[in-house]
Amino acid sequence: MPHALSIQDLTKTYKNNVCALKGISLDIAEGDFFALLGPNGAGKSTAIGIVCSLVNKTSGSVKVFGCDLDTQKDQAKSCIGLVPQEFNFNVFEPIYEIIINQAGYYGIPRKKASQRAELLLKQLGLWEKRRDMARELSGGMKRRLMIARALVHEPKLLILDEPTAGVDIEIRRSMWVFLEEINKQGTTIILTTHYLEEAEALCRNIAIINKGEIIEHTQMKTLLAQLHIETFILDLKESINKVPVVAGYNITLLDPSTLSVEINKTQTINEVFDELSRLNLHVTSMRNKSNRLEELFVRLTGNQIEEDAQG
Amino acid sequence: MTLEQQFIAFKTIVVKEILRFSRIWVQTIVPAVITTSLYFLIFGNLIGSQLGDIQGYSYVDYIVPGIILMSVITNAYGNVVSSFYGHKFQHHVEEMLVSPMPNTILLAGFVVGGVARGIVVGSVVTLVAMFFTKLHFEHIFITLAVVILTAILFSLAGFVNAVYANSFDDISIIPTFVLTPLTYLGGVFFSIGMLSTFWQNIALFNPILYMINAMRFGMLGVSDINLVVAFIIIILFLVMLFSFCLYLLNKGIGLRS
Repeated sequence: MPHALSIQDLTKTYKNNVCALKGISLDIAEGDFFALLGPNGAGKSTAIGIVCSLVNKTSGSVKVFGCDLDTQKDQAKSCIGLVPQEFNFNVFEPIYEIIINQAGYYGIPRKKASQRAELLLKQLGLWEKRRDMARELSGGMKRRLMIARALVHEPKLLILDEPTAGVDIEIRRSMWVFLEEINKQGTTIILTTHYLEEAEALCRNIAIINKGEIIEHTQMKTLLAQLHIETFILDLKESINKVPVVAGYNITLLDPSTLSVEINKTQTINEVFDELSRLNLHVTSMRNKSNRLEELFVRLTGNQIEEDAQG
Repeated sequence: MTLEQQFIAFKTIVVKEILRFSRIWVQTIVPAVITTSLYFLIFGNLIGSQLGDIQGYSYVDYIVPGIILMSVITNAYGNVVSSFYGHKFQHHVEEMLVSPMPNTILLAGFVVGGVARGIVVGSVVTLVAMFFTKLHFEHIFITLAVVILTAILFSLAGFVNAVYANSFDDISIIPTFVLTPLTYLGGVFFSIGMLSTFWQNIALFNPILYMINAMRFGMLGVSDINLVVAFIIIILFLVMLFSFCLYLLNKGIGLRS
């Protein structure tokens, strides 16, 4: 079975000699929910731009469901739906027309396009707004409009570039549910996001790109297993001014009633609780200092920055 | 894409373009009516009545074909340059670029949109002209062919301008500093027979001269230029511009980084 997306030795050097991609290769399986992460300027949007024919590549090849983007452009493009990072619709057009026109560009007859537009706009909570001009929508609605537009031709591969940027948590969660549902129905999804908990919650596989190179490409659970140390924040009932000592554990006092505790894979948090109980300190709540993926991401991309600085 | 799908894509762009200029008719159609009415009134009736006949026609009759074609040129060009640059500026051209629609269809859609506006405005100006003089149509099919070919040619030219434009200034520079002077010097208001030999030879380098004279032949049956030469020049420019537009689209110049 061909991969949903297969990228081989893809390079991109812009006219100002900035090398955005340094020969990346990537295979994404059909049906996957894939995270493509990286810091700003890493090359994510360039890679997506090339796949979606919005950026000219310098060299390399891209295949979408086995169709080469150079030689079988029509077939390859028909498979892709793109939700870009920036709003790129005509703000002076009613949202229903935006969806219908997009379907038209893919050669979908108006009757069929109308049925799909109605279904998508209802699923994404925009049906009541269908006659409104796009400029009248809120930020979250505009994001959902772009998702509806990207799905109107029923693509087999949906690429989402920061789809929940600037969206409140309630709408973001409802978008997650919607995306999980269409992924279950068979649509392969590639997600780039700065909300790493979003990638952790949704994606099964992940690639991290930094400075135009893929520095990690693996399963999400394999990557998370690499996290040897997790940091927990403990809120205490009592106020203290001295850090409690627990042998083998690195504990710091963030404020008189908040502790930060680092736990590695060989340790258990029970030992910390036991020791705190013995010291008559009571923990009222506990949370991760940061999202697990975020910790890994910072370490991976941070390490490379250090290596570059040393090199 | 199948031919049927390509036709749907083409129709989508054309309908969208026609709706766009129809919705803003005060900006797209009314100004041409006012300007040409003033031309007919001042140059045609007031000044023209003081002048003698040109090639057997009163001055107002003589300038009608040029003024109609001038409005077609300006509006066909203006429609494509402003619409396509708007698509670039707001990035919604990306809606088309990500789709499997062939570049020829994309180009044809915008060009037909420009032709539609050129013909609508040209028709309105023709109606306005009827208030000032009795219209002649010596060769109706030649007239229509010139109008349509000229509208296509200047829609393509507008497309090139939009592709290279990086700001709203860039879409007004060519119409102001190139298109308008060439149109005025292309014989809308005069016959090149009135010029000295030197300036007649210079005028022959102006492609708009051939279009206006072909239009004048269609309506009045008189022309400073051989009709066959005029059509060859129009078609030559049309083929060159069409090929150039497709080259720009295929290379992604001004559209893809």
